[in-house]
Amino acid sequence: MESILLSLSGGLLEAFQPLNLLMIVIGCVVGLFIGAMPGLGSVNGVAILLPITFLVPPNAAIMFLAAIYYGAMYGGAISSITLGIPGASTAVATVFDGRPLAIAGKADQALTAAAIASFIGGTISVVLFTLFAPPLADFALRFGPPEEFALMVLAFATFIGLGGDDIPKTIFSILIGLVLATIGLDIISGRPRLIFFDITGFMHGVNFLVLAIGIYGIGEMLWTLEQTEGNVIVHKVNMSWRAFVRNLGHVKHYIKTTVLGSVLGYFVGTLPAAGATPASLMSYGLAKTFSKDPDSFGKGNVAGVAAPEAANNAASTGSMLPMITLGIPGSPTTAILLGGMIIWGLRPGPLLFTEHPDFVWGLIGSLYVANTFTVLINLAFIPLFVRVLTMPFTILAPIIFVLCVVGGYAPSQSMHDVWLMLLFGVAGYLFRKLNYPVAPAVLAIVLGPLAEQSFRQSLLGSQGEVWIFFERPISATCIAIAAALVLYPVLRSLRKKAKAKS
Amino acid sequence: MAVHRGKQQETEMTVRTAEFVMAIATMLISIAIMWKSTELSIGWVPQKGPGSGAWPFWLSTGMLLASTATLVRWFLRATPESRSEESYIPRTALYVVGISVGALLFLLIATNFIGIYFALLLFLFFYLRFVGRHGWTATLSLTIGVPVFIFCMFEWALTIPLPKAISEPLFYPIYDLIY
Repeated sequence: MESILLSLSGGLLEAFQPLNLLMIVIGCVVGLFIGAMPGLGSVNGVAILLPITFLVPPNAAIMFLAAIYYGAMYGGAISSITLGIPGASTAVATVFDGRPLAIAGKADQALTAAAIASFIGGTISVVLFTLFAPPLADFALRFGPPEEFALMVLAFATFIGLGGDDIPKTIFSILIGLVLATIGLDIISGRPRLIFFDITGFMHGVNFLVLAIGIYGIGEMLWTLEQTEGNVIVHKVNMSWRAFVRNLGHVKHYIKTTVLGSVLGYFVGTLPAAGATPASLMSYGLAKTFSKDPDSFGKGNVAGVAAPEAANNAASTGSMLPMITLGIPGSPTTAILLGGMIIWGLRPGPLLFTEHPDFVWGLIGSLYVANTFTVLINLAFIPLFVRVLTMPFTILAPIIFVLCVVGGYAPSQSMHDVWLMLLFGVAGYLFRKLNYPVAPAVLAIVLGPLAEQSFRQSLLGSQGEVWIFFERPISATCIAIAAALVLYPVLRSLRKKAKAKS
Repeated sequence: MAVHRGKQQETEMTVRTAEFVMAIATMLISIAIMWKSTELSIGWVPQKGPGSGAWPFWLSTGMLLASTATLVRWFLRATPESRSEESYIPRTALYVVGISVGALLFLLIATNFIGIYFALLLFLFFYLRFVGRHGWTATLSLTIGVPVFIFCMFEWALTIPLPKAISEPLFYPIYDLIY
């Protein structure tokens, strides 16, 4: 415990370095903006802006990106409430009660509740993160290749079992991500692999950023351009100091659901497939169930805004737990952070805590700082962010497109990658229109090389015996849970059919 | 009006058709990757473990199975998409999406010839003025401002040279200034 406090204070000091602090503040503002714009969420912001972070050292870069992640979670509520359109998918549940409150002229009350709840969610989850991360990393130090591989199987199985999307389409998405990761030189034999049409551009492989920017930059913009045709109505917000103090007094009405939602959100967030969106929906459901007045939900209950907002912030911290300790991202956004860490020359996984303590604890420290700054910036500049929302999308879209193109070019400096990115963007848009989930593919392309390596090393160690994954207790447990997750939706649909027949 | 509506729907692809086409396309892609993987050993290499082609081969086999499952479910009308007779990409969406993709294609092709900065100028001007129908102030300030920002960010701060093609000589004086 003492060692944790000591490391944490070191991390906080690190976060207060001038450059780092500056990056955190910029990250918070950018994140709030990105979160507030409908169609842009944390994952889009992090994917599009990652190439720009090559400018600063990795420590500052990860703090910047984590602050964007944080800010976006706060920002999502702004458009959910004032526009009635979720600023990001993670803020869908915030619309349910945020919208009725705004229509009733209580937008300020909803926005304050969202900010306070986000702060509580952030704080609780960061404390949980600080307590859980070091022991989990310690435990994970014992993992060999079979355990690593089993853990990745488990991560992918959560998409099949808990993702809620069509199962064959989810499996396809996972596998195509893994296949894309195999293009280029084979890491073990050094031989070129899957060089389609002998195009030399494939020799350096498909960088995960090419897929991530393609899908979350280009594809997402096309999707949003299609969705946001027609004008939106922004609700007026009157923010004054007196109103703020009065709204602060309402905290007692939703503090219980907020705390509950924070803890729930944190744990749901650690699961790769679940993340902030389901966490916020679950938290909303829970708040409604335990409320004394469940009928008021959906008609403008402040607790209905606070519960999902606490959960989505907590979930974003939660998703960083497996990323930092196990090297398995807990969400698409952390998948991109993980890919970034690989670019910066860090090996994600349990060793990070011992090899790069300043990096890890700096990140943890920055979460505390970012959480505090975001709530302050958010509350102070709500009117400004609301005005930004009236900006037509046709101004933002070309700027994002431009950032995508140069961002896709920068890491490998080849036009081949930019073409590929455009292809992935259009394909991602077409797939998404048919409800193929795209997040598993992004996770898979990041984890692909690591999964293949651990798979082949395991088999090499066991002379080709697949049993190695079932013999070792930790890996067997992971595989067993993975199998249960995959079988669960199948059994459920069978039972539904049996019920329908009887 | 009713006649017109019917005609419009005839020419637009339904979600159901799109689901079918996509399943076939993903099956073909899977088979192509499987075939490509066999260029390398997909079996067991003594002392070296599984061959280089094994991992992608079995992954793409899984892709083929998943795509086949989607196709089977299409025939059974098991998924919401395979039952939907709605338009896959409605005409209004096709316009804005098509023009965006077209403009991006132009941006990339033009980059090959006149360099990225001049391509960006044309792209931004077209998009802001003709797609977004914004005023001259917004159009011109962004058309000039964004490429300048990109230049400062990438060439100057990050020292990542972006492709300039034939426009390269125009940048020589600026290079002298910043390097």
